[in-house]
This record gives sequence, C-alpha cells and structure tokens, in this order.
Amino acid sequence: MSSASPILERDQQEAVDADHPWVTIVWNDPVNLMSYVTLVFMRELGHPRVTAEKLMMDVHTVGRASVSTGTREKMETTVATLQAAGLWATMQQDV
Amino acid sequence: MHRFKKRFGRLTGQLSSVEASVLGDLVDQVRSLLAERRAEHSVDPLADLTGMAMGTAEAPQDAAVRRLLPDFHASDADLAAGLRQLHEPALIAAKDTAAVTLLDSLPRGGGTVRLDEQQSVAWMSALNDVRLAIAERIGLNDDDEEPAALADGDEAVHTMWHTYQWLTMVLDSLVVASME
Repeated sequence: MSSASPILERDQQEAVDADHPWVTIVWNDPVNLMSYVTLVFMRELGHPRVTAEKLMMDVHTVGRASVSTGTREKMETTVATLQAAGLWATMQQDV
Repeated sequence: MHRFKKRFGRLTGQLSSVEASVLGDLVDQVRSLLAERRAEHSVDPLADLTGMAMGTAEAPQDAAVRRLLPDFHASDADLAAGLRQLHEPALIAAKDTAAVTLLDSLPRGGGTVRLDEQQSVAWMSALNDVRLAIAERIGLNDDDEEPAALADGDEAVHTMWHTYQWLTMVLDSLVVASME
C-alpha cells in the first residue's frame, strides 16, 4: 500500500502536468502605456496589431490577460522577455 | 524635445543638453539599483566553475527594484523563488544592456538622436525602466490619477512627477514612430 501509492501519485501528477499547459499572464499597472504594451505584444509574441490591441485592452479593462500558452519552459522564456520590456508578467499552470 | 520621426528606417529625435543630461543621470541611477541588486547574489564558487550564475531566492526589499524584477509566479512563493534564482541574473543583464545601449547613443550635451531598430528597442525598455522606478518612488498607484504625494507640496516629488511625464512623452513618441 504505502510503497505503491507514491508511484501512483507521481503518475497522476505527470498526467496533470501533461494535460494542463502553462500560461503567461500580463497584469495591468499604472505605468505601462497602452501604445507600448501593444507594441511589445506585437514584437515579442508575434501577434498582429489587432490581436495585440485586443489583448492590451483586456489587460487595461479586466486587469489581466492570458497572452500566451505553452510548456513551462516556453512560458519562463516569455515571462522573462516581457519583464525585460518592463511589463508586469507572471506565469501559472492552466487548470 | 520634438517627437521622434521615422526616416529611412531610423528613428530620429532631438534632445536639449538639459534633457540629455537628465536622461543620462536617471538611466545611471537605474543601473546603480540593478548593480546593488546583483551584488546581493551569493558568491557561489561552483557558479564560477560552471559559468551558471544563480540569483538570490528572495524578492528585492526596495519596491522600485521589485517592480523592475517581479516574481515569475503570483501565488506560489516556492516556485517564484526558484524561478527568480534561475532567471534574475539574465534579466538584470538584459536591462543593463538596454541602459548601456541608451547611454552609448545619447548625444551628451544634446543634439540629434538617431536610432536603428535594435537601439530603439533598447531605448524603450530603458526609458520604461526609469518610469517604473520613478512611479514607485512617487507612489503612482492609479491609472488615471496623479500621485497622492503631489498634494503634500513636496518639491522633489513635483520635479519627479514632471520628469515622469516628460519620459512618458518621449517613450510614447518612440512607440508611435516605430509603429509607422
């Protein structure tokens, strides 16, 4: 019993990890300009202008928006890139 | 300061000598904040051998530095600490490189600024970092409201607020010109 359950738990954990990708969230803040956020979304995420503007408006009006989805490693890179540009970005696992 | 314009793929603008000197000084101050933070990183002999720089796990004490280097995860403190150790050194290096690129292309004594694409990206990041740091210092908390500290009549806060607004104008001008 006790020897089997950790293995089962690990398998289940891996299944969860595989099923739920990670997302990058950008949060609203009083400093970042709407124009600048749009430009960063276009430049760093490769979004066309219309998509970038929609995501920017989501951040501005809702307070946060998911801007990218992928593996944990990919999201780490995306968060680092957006933070380097000065955006308030975090990552979390999609559940 | 006239607004930046795009000419032959380059962004050009003008800065007076006072504007150039204020901007250079502020960017230097952000570099100092980042350098102080870098100095907090533990000296790990293994890091020297492997070339893998590890940062500290704790978030910066200084609110301005914390805003420049946010947590990677909003609610999982352990994960945020681990990701900070892993990514903060490179993030500090990226911000410092942007700051140095700005300083290298800043006409000391004022004059024409001419930026290629890579330089203009660095200028925007470095200008924004200065704005983020000032905003923390003067307590800018709301999207559409002036910082509350302005009402106290503190002259230093007043000066920083005006500088902040000027930096906002310069950044917006760069963004608009680069999207043309």
